[in-house]
Amino acid sequence: MIESNQVSSPEEIKIVKDATCTFCGCVCDDIDLKVQGHEILEAKRACVLGNGWFLNHGVDTRPDCFVEGRPAPVEEGVERAAQILTRARYPLIYGLSDTTTEAQRVAVGIGDWIGGNIDTTTSVCHGPSGMAFQGVGEATCSLGEVRNRGDLIMFWGSNPAESHPRHFTKYSLMPKGMFLPNGRKDRTCVIVDVRKTKSARAADIFIQIKPRKDFEALWTLRALAQGIDLDPVEVEQETGNPLSLWQDLMDRMKAAKFGVIFFGMGLTMTRGKHANSEALLTLTRDMNRYTRFVCKANRGHGNVSGADNVVSWRTGYPFGVNLARGYPRFNPGEYTAADVLARGEADAAMIIASDPMANFSQPARQHLASIPYVAMDPKETPTTRSAAVAFTVATYGINVPGTVYRMDDIPIPLRPAFESSHPSDLEILQGIERRVRELNRQMIRADS
Amino acid sequence: MIDLKISGGYVYDPANGLDGQVRDLWVHNGRIVENPSHPDEKPVRHLNAAGLVVMPGGVDMHCHIAGPKVNTARKMRPEEKRRDTPVRRTASTHSGSMGSVPSTFATGYKYLGLGYTTAFDAAVPPLSARHAHEEFEDTPCIDKGFYVLMGNNHYVMNSIQNQELERLQAFVGWLLGAAKGYAAKLVNPGGVEVWKHHQAGNVSGLDEPVDHFGVTPRQIIREVAHSVDRLGLPHAVHVHCNNLGMPGNWQTTLETMRALEGHRGHLTHIQFHSYGGGEGDENTFNSKAVELADYVNAHENLTVDVGQVLFGETTSMTGDGPLGYFLSNVYGTKWFSADIEMESGCGIAPIQYRNKSLVHSLQWAIGLEWYLLIQDPWRVVMSTDHPNGGSFLAYPQIIRLLMDRTYRQDILKTVHPQVRQRSILADLDREYTLGEICIVTRAAPARILGLHHKGHLGPGADADITIYTPHENKEIMFELPRYVIKAGKILAEEGDIREEHLGKTLHVRPDYDPDIEPDIADWFEQYYSIRFRNYPVSDHYLQESEQIPCRNLETSAGDDVPGPDSHGD
Repeated sequence: MIESNQVSSPEEIKIVKDATCTFCGCVCDDIDLKVQGHEILEAKRACVLGNGWFLNHGVDTRPDCFVEGRPAPVEEGVERAAQILTRARYPLIYGLSDTTTEAQRVAVGIGDWIGGNIDTTTSVCHGPSGMAFQGVGEATCSLGEVRNRGDLIMFWGSNPAESHPRHFTKYSLMPKGMFLPNGRKDRTCVIVDVRKTKSARAADIFIQIKPRKDFEALWTLRALAQGIDLDPVEVEQETGNPLSLWQDLMDRMKAAKFGVIFFGMGLTMTRGKHANSEALLTLTRDMNRYTRFVCKANRGHGNVSGADNVVSWRTGYPFGVNLARGYPRFNPGEYTAADVLARGEADAAMIIASDPMANFSQPARQHLASIPYVAMDPKETPTTRSAAVAFTVATYGINVPGTVYRMDDIPIPLRPAFESSHPSDLEILQGIERRVRELNRQMIRADS
Repeated sequence: MIDLKISGGYVYDPANGLDGQVRDLWVHNGRIVENPSHPDEKPVRHLNAAGLVVMPGGVDMHCHIAGPKVNTARKMRPEEKRRDTPVRRTASTHSGSMGSVPSTFATGYKYLGLGYTTAFDAAVPPLSARHAHEEFEDTPCIDKGFYVLMGNNHYVMNSIQNQELERLQAFVGWLLGAAKGYAAKLVNPGGVEVWKHHQAGNVSGLDEPVDHFGVTPRQIIREVAHSVDRLGLPHAVHVHCNNLGMPGNWQTTLETMRALEGHRGHLTHIQFHSYGGGEGDENTFNSKAVELADYVNAHENLTVDVGQVLFGETTSMTGDGPLGYFLSNVYGTKWFSADIEMESGCGIAPIQYRNKSLVHSLQWAIGLEWYLLIQDPWRVVMSTDHPNGGSFLAYPQIIRLLMDRTYRQDILKTVHPQVRQRSILADLDREYTLGEICIVTRAAPARILGLHHKGHLGPGADADITIYTPHENKEIMFELPRYVIKAGKILAEEGDIREEHLGKTLHVRPDYDPDIEPDIADWFEQYYSIRFRNYPVSDHYLQESEQIPCRNLETSAGDDVPGPDSHGD
């Protein structure tokens, strides 16, 4: 399960080659870390976000565990966590996108044993894309195919210059590829967004559409792909751009050898949500009547794709899964964490590597604060502060080995820089799972 | 004391010449052992199998149960899971979902409950090998392994283009070890690369050159088969031929058999490759199973599994990217495609096989023809290409179709009437015996895979044993075994999982010339999107595992082509 480098004495400087950055969905695995003791001095090839991730990671001296806000031994926290989860009638497990697949697997296992509700941060980012995918499918590829073949690169509602800084240089625009020997010169970049983002500077063609009109713009392209006559006045009114511009774009899309559309939360979290994603997935499919075309969601968290995969292989569904009846059921909107909390349904929770107390709606936060819950995070957060049990855990990729799945579902091993005194979330979760199963057996015995 | 005695059953063990004779079996430390010399030796546990049928555990040599394509299909098809009966959590087992692509735990439990104790996923891109291994850790009860996709691998095609066959052999050996896979798999060799270059791209025949590389499918098939034999891999090259599903594709299949030039070759889901007719005209579609089976019967280097189609709804999933596109267009379904850099592709589409459809009815009939036309049951293996032709859970139905010709004729009357003119199924009155069923469901696949410790019940074999209650209706007999024993433990009784057991991952680590590694590394760093060091799967990903040895066939057997029967235990 783990691939780690040898640990050296604290004073010695060591180099960890080909380390993996888990900050964003790019999951760059070519970082060379210069490490001294519990400090990373340099992260070669890392972007501005990656540097922030690696270099500002001193050892947190907080206690490993808090129970009701007071420091406590880990064993006590594990016991209390297992009690909370097994006594609950509607426990919720949420988060998971910033930890290893090894830990995700145990978390889903606990969800099964306690008959809980399990959801990941996918439900608040690309959940709509996941639903659209279930409707129409997806034509996609690994990022290396983009690098080697992609000659028309489009970004829709995505701003990689700020969210995925090495996207352009490592995968999509700059690299010389097998069939693009001149790199950037051999590619055309088109960016579609509602505002002129930092990424727009990288574009050969930037198209600013009216806010909340992504669906209309995508369907304009779908119509043009099929040669359907459109009313120029209506198109301009709806999309904010003249028909001739969309026609020019469609001509380029058809002329491309291997077209790629990357899309982001600018598409999935605006008016239309899963209908927008579905329009984009369908446009991509349509384009395969004329040439080769693929698309890819620019996923945010380092291992959110791993979370989708683990929840899917264990339950059959990607997120928003309820196990209360003793088997998995899937219903986004009903079993997604923000909704379960906002409706005041869950009576206990376990939050792993996520901070809903900072970013969920007011009713959801209020309800979460009112129920006993377990939280694990490397740092103190609003979520850990209000938790009945909070664990300070080691950081994946920096202290903890394991596996993460890049945004294109390619699994990549982690090479940690140094050991942490804190336990990993895998260790905590394994402890909780063991204790939950013991408590379940006791309850079965008590019943019979 | 010896762990377990299974007494008085009718034992079917064709590898050791037993065809239903009453015998006792003794099991210790997870393996079959010699019967003790003292007649009053007592076992720790005694299982009375009097009146029951005892066979080795089933071996599924071609299914899709783990890895990126399978998991994508799970995500993509919530609608069929909702309609199906789920797997409920118990105190000791996990819950899961069914549909045509069950979740991991459900897959393990259902295989075990059916009496199957070993299964191989047939198509994993090495770039995603880690993913398959992670799923295997969550797929309990069975031993498992996977085949590594390499028929469209750029290094493979480069080596062939430059006629560097030593380099090819070293790469095949390195790649299998790096992925911790079991066998070399070719899927539409060359065709998936063409798909990446052109709209609806594909190769049309064995001699059409692949874009950029200039090599032909024929060269890829011949040279990889040769490398596999020279590496002494336990299993032959495993071939999904070009032009799957196309009318008239039987000629491509015949040419593929010839292209092996006497090297060992396993042709998988052969049913999908046995069609006459042409130019996409449904009216000309017909069976060419007779012509192809004749060729297989006459060539000892060849083995096949069938890829039986069964009527109902399922999911088509394949490493054959252009095929997925074709199917989704034919049926107007949702479509998934994923091109994987330097290596492979993937296509997924829902599919419904209807007995009112001429094409589907013929596919069903052609599969049965294959079972009935291959004379030596050691060279034909039961498969549905799960879930492509249907679920592995349909094996008992296939067994009934093979063992009961009245039932077969009755079903034949319910399918499209043209099938009688376009195939010879109505004229085939062969019925399989229990011993032959035992061969095509466990003994033969184990032997074809080079698994000397599986598929039989002689001393030293893994104690993977399935015990059935005899029944006149063989579908009933085979769908719910009385006991299933895995590695010496009674894990299932009439479908109920008594105890969870992880099972082993079976893999190979061929010897290869290590001087090749710098060359692979240079090529890799230039074109892949991950680092070379992060590509090979480390030992940590194997919880329980067994490395199956390779042997140098060419030095031990000279120029003789080792047939599938050449192994001896």
